[in-house]
This record gives sequence, C-alpha cells and structure tokens, in this order.
Amino acid sequence: MTDDSTPSLAAIGATLAYDRHVVFDGIDLEIRRGEVTTLIGANGCGKSTLLRAFGRLLAPTRGRIELDGRPMASLPTRAVARRLALLPQKPLTPSATSVRELVSRGRHPHQSLLHPWTPDDARAVTQALAATGISDLADRDAASLSGGQLQRAWIALVLAQDTPMVLLDEPTTFLDLNHQVELLRMVRRINRQRGTTVVMVLHDLSLAARYADRLVAIASGRVVADGSPWDVLTPATLRNAFDLEAAVIADPYTGSPLVVPTEPDGPGAPAGSEAVPSRTGQSTRPGQSTQAGQQVRLG
Amino acid sequence: MTGLSGPFTWGAAPYAGHRTGLVTAVCAVAVLIVGVAGLVAGSSDLTLADALRTLVGAGSPPQQLIVLELRLPRVAAGLTVGAALGLAGALTQTFARNPLATPDILGVTSGAGLGAVAAIVLAGGSYSLTSAVLGLGLPVAATLGASVTALVVYGLAWRDGVDSYRLVLIGIGATAAIGGLTSFLIARAQITEAAAASQWLVGSLSGVSWPSVRPVLLALVVVAPVALAQGPDLDAGMLGDDVAAGLGVAIQRHRLLVLGCAVALTAAAVSASGPIGFVAFVAPQIAQGLAHRARPPLLASALVGSVVVTGGDAFARSVLPGEIPVGIITVAVGAPYLIWLLLHNTERKDMA
Repeated sequence: MTDDSTPSLAAIGATLAYDRHVVFDGIDLEIRRGEVTTLIGANGCGKSTLLRAFGRLLAPTRGRIELDGRPMASLPTRAVARRLALLPQKPLTPSATSVRELVSRGRHPHQSLLHPWTPDDARAVTQALAATGISDLADRDAASLSGGQLQRAWIALVLAQDTPMVLLDEPTTFLDLNHQVELLRMVRRINRQRGTTVVMVLHDLSLAARYADRLVAIASGRVVADGSPWDVLTPATLRNAFDLEAAVIADPYTGSPLVVPTEPDGPGAPAGSEAVPSRTGQSTRPGQSTQAGQQVRLG
Repeated sequence: MTGLSGPFTWGAAPYAGHRTGLVTAVCAVAVLIVGVAGLVAGSSDLTLADALRTLVGAGSPPQQLIVLELRLPRVAAGLTVGAALGLAGALTQTFARNPLATPDILGVTSGAGLGAVAAIVLAGGSYSLTSAVLGLGLPVAATLGASVTALVVYGLAWRDGVDSYRLVLIGIGATAAIGGLTSFLIARAQITEAAAASQWLVGSLSGVSWPSVRPVLLALVVVAPVALAQGPDLDAGMLGDDVAAGLGVAIQRHRLLVLGCAVALTAAAVSASGPIGFVAFVAPQIAQGLAHRARPPLLASALVGSVVVTGGDAFARSVLPGEIPVGIITVAVGAPYLIWLLLHNTERKDMA
C-alpha cells in the first residue's frame, strides 16, 4: 500500500487552460488524506477548473496531476474511478429512474461484463442510501425529488462508488440554507466516519470555514492562502482574493471564522477611514469565542 | 408491498431491470408472430399450416417456391433491417440524449442513400451488374456515404462537446444537402437507373433476395454484441458527460464506438432495402415507453424495429391494395408521431 504521508492527490506544476485561455500557469497543490479541503475564491478564479483537473475532466497542458503518487494520465480511467469519485456542477437527472437505480450507477466502475451486479454492489448502494438519509426515498422517481433530496441522491451515487476520495463541485448551489447546512454536515460526517478524503468547491465562505479542515483560497490563477480556516479567512486575504472588505469573527456556536462584510459608510462603520474596523479587523480566535457565542445565544 | 417503507413507495418506479426483461421477451414473441404472419400474408391463398409445413420441408413444390424462395428472404430482410434500424436509432437517441437524434434526421440515412444511389447510377446501364452491386458494391458505397456524413455532421456539431440540438439542426441541414445531391445524381442518370434508384429510395422489401439480406445479417451479428456491451456506459452517459467520465467511462472512445455501430447498422439496412423512414425513430421510442426507462433499451428497440418493418410489409401485402412499399407505411405512421413529439418535447430542450 502507499505510504500514508503520500499526498493522495496533487497538482504538480500543472498548467490548466481552456482552448488558449490559461487559467493556471503551473500550479502546485497537494491534497492530504482524510481531510476536508475546500477551494474558495471569487467567481471565475478557476477553483472549479482546478477541481475538474483533479477529477481528470481537464487534462493539464503542462505539468501533471498525481493520484497516489502516480501520474493520473497514465492510469486507466476506470481504475481512477475506483479511487476517486466526483460530483460535477450540473449532473443530468434521468427520467423514469428510481433513486435506487440512480444511486446504483455509482457502482459502474466496479462492474464489467464478466462481473455484473453482485451482493457487494447492492450493499454499497443500500449503505449509501442510508448514509445520506434517503433510504425511504429509494423507490421514488428521481425526477420527482426536491432540490435538497436530489442533491442527497447525487451524493449517495458518489458514495456508492465507494472511493477513498470524493470531489464535489459546488454541492450546495441552488439549495436553501437549511439544506446547505444539512448537506455539508452529512459530507463532514462521511469524512469522519469513513475517512473519505473530500475536496470541494464552495461559494459560502462561512460555511466553507465551518465544515472544512483546510481552506485553499484561489485568486487570479494561483493559491493566495492555504491552511486552516482561521489562517485563510483573514481580512487581508478577503480583500486580495475576493475584493471584499469584511470582518472575521468567531462563529458563536462552533468557533469557526465567520465572514461579516462591512459597510463602508453604513451603521457600525467606524468614524475613521479604515474600512475594516480595527476591533474586528484582527480575527477573533476560537479560544476567545465561547463567551461571545453564549452572549449571542442569550441575546 | 411491505407497508413498512412509508408513504414514499406510492407511485414508485418499477425496478427497471425486471420490466425491461419482460418487455424484451414480449417483443421477441411478437417478432415470431409477425415473422410467421409475413410468410402467410400475400396474394396467394396460403394457410398458416401450409406455411409452417413448408418451413420444415413438407410443402408442395409451388408452396416451397412461394415460402422459401419469395417470402422467407423478404421476411428475413424485414426482420434484420428492422432490427438494425431499431438498434441504430436507440444508439443515436441515447448518445445524443434526444429522441430526435435518429440516423434519419442526423443525415446518416441520407448519406447511406446517396452512396447507394451513386452505386446504382454509376454502375453503368447493364443489369448484369445488379447482383454484384447488391452483394458488395451497394453496402460498401452506403457505408461510405453514411460514415462520411456522420463524421461531417458530428464534426460540425462539436464545440467543446456535442449539444444535441445543434447536432439535430446540422443533421437536418446535411439531410437537405444530401437530398439535393441525390436528386442531381438521379437527374443525370439514364432513365432505367433513375427509375431503379427512385424506387429504391422509397424503401421497400419487394424484390429483396438472400444476397441483399446477408450484409445486414453480418452487420447485426458483428455490431449488435459490441453495441449491447455499451449498455452500462450508455446508462452512465444519461447522467451527463462529466458524471460518466467520473464513473470511469472513456467518453471519446465510447462515443466513437456507439456512433460507429449506429452508422454500420444504418448503412447495412439501407443497402438492403433502401431507406425505410422513421423506423429508427419510432421503434426505440416504443420500446422505451413500454420498458419505462431513461433511455431506449437496445435489444427491445431492435425487436420492435423488426416487428414494425416486417409487420408493416405484411400489412401492405395482405390488407392494402396494390404493392405499397413498406417505407411509405412507416413514414405515414412515423411522421405524425414526430410532430407529436416536437409539440410535447419542450422539457428536454436543455440537454447539453
């Protein structure tokens, strides 16, 4: 087996481009095993491009993507599919397909003409349905599900693939906040319980911080910050990567960083010219957060 | 019904695998019935018992002539051509995730027709060439025409992936252009070849013989297993190209295989009988509707194709007056269905 210290997935000097438009010119990024890594960045910064490259949907024009220390391009796509599952942004929901049938498509890389459907496949599908809390929807037509339910079904498909690594491209888009939180909670539970390495792209910074072990901020084709949510979500990074003036405070419940955009001349803006209030300009660390959390809860 | 799974089992989709198997079995029985009916149907007063007795070698010499020499090749042609068209249509409809994307509409059928007409017209005015043309030249010319058309249409539709509506629109354009070329060839031809080619272009099973059945049978035997093996990849493809790639489908190779299978089947069918319109369009849709699935089931589509062509031909011979080519019957049935589908197809517009 591969050494645990080997990065499970890595971009090595990878140049990623669509036609002649270069999005990344030689990017290096290692994804560590067992972590939830979330890519953040402004629209069009290339975070989805990078995820697509990790998922071999986009081949680097220079450099390479490595899976378990081996160049991904040299591996058969089916073998990659047994190590790495991915959920793209806009999957097509087929008609006349039950949820169970949809989820069972996740077993595709484990099957062949000589090895058709086995009890193992059925077990993986049942487990995936249970892990995503949609067992009681299994016989429903997938097209009849609500947005939140459907997204769970897609995650179940990815889980049924039974891979040590999962890539999710904006899995919470178009979901209500309660479903976003539900979904991310589920993703983290899967990460904790199964040890699945998760790489995802998220828009909502505070949710990203809350459910990720590591954030990677991307702006104009490079990594501008990389580390724990508190290391990455600083007012300076937000200004650079998102062109956003914001304070970062501790989430009163979890202690994870919460991004609060500031108003340049609105209520609460300091009289001085500093766009970011100095009090919150320094990140409030988790250690200091408990009290604030209680205050909010009481208030 | 255990009653334990809660209210959500209400309106549950049936488990697709079982239903598809059942539908396929029913279609196979229908093929048998239609095949026998095709032997019996026609102007001479042959009974079912006569036909079956003749099949096992116990008929009178005139019965043997009618059943074995005239009707059997015709039924065999109907079954194989129908199966080839039904399978080809199921492949292209699934591949483009659009029921409009059939070989007829994508220009593949017209391409095969152009190749075949060129072979008929340019073979020279002698009837002695006919059997050689039928046996070898026609299928090859049809395959060439179909392949070139498919590649051109696919290439023109390609823009970072293939949008199915662009594919259909370019196919319609290609069909029109090829129709013009075909008319030009016919207009320039000698009157006898022109007549033969025009008659052939309607799509008919009259006058088919064993030599024209053989290429279709060969194409089916070679291509059908390859196509059926693509089933799981086709299922994955219904979830979008990105999902399919994530599931380990080698998309480009899969696409080429599916398109290649559809082209070979269409070309073989067209070279045997001429273009029998709308079979590749209607048969997979009927099979899909019966099986209640996300895509047309391949084997059932082929069987429905057999039933439609053989049954249509038997119907024309026994019920309708005069010798009406089966191609006219399939168009008469298929065209209204196409219009109906266009009117009810707004929801599937956005397939990428």
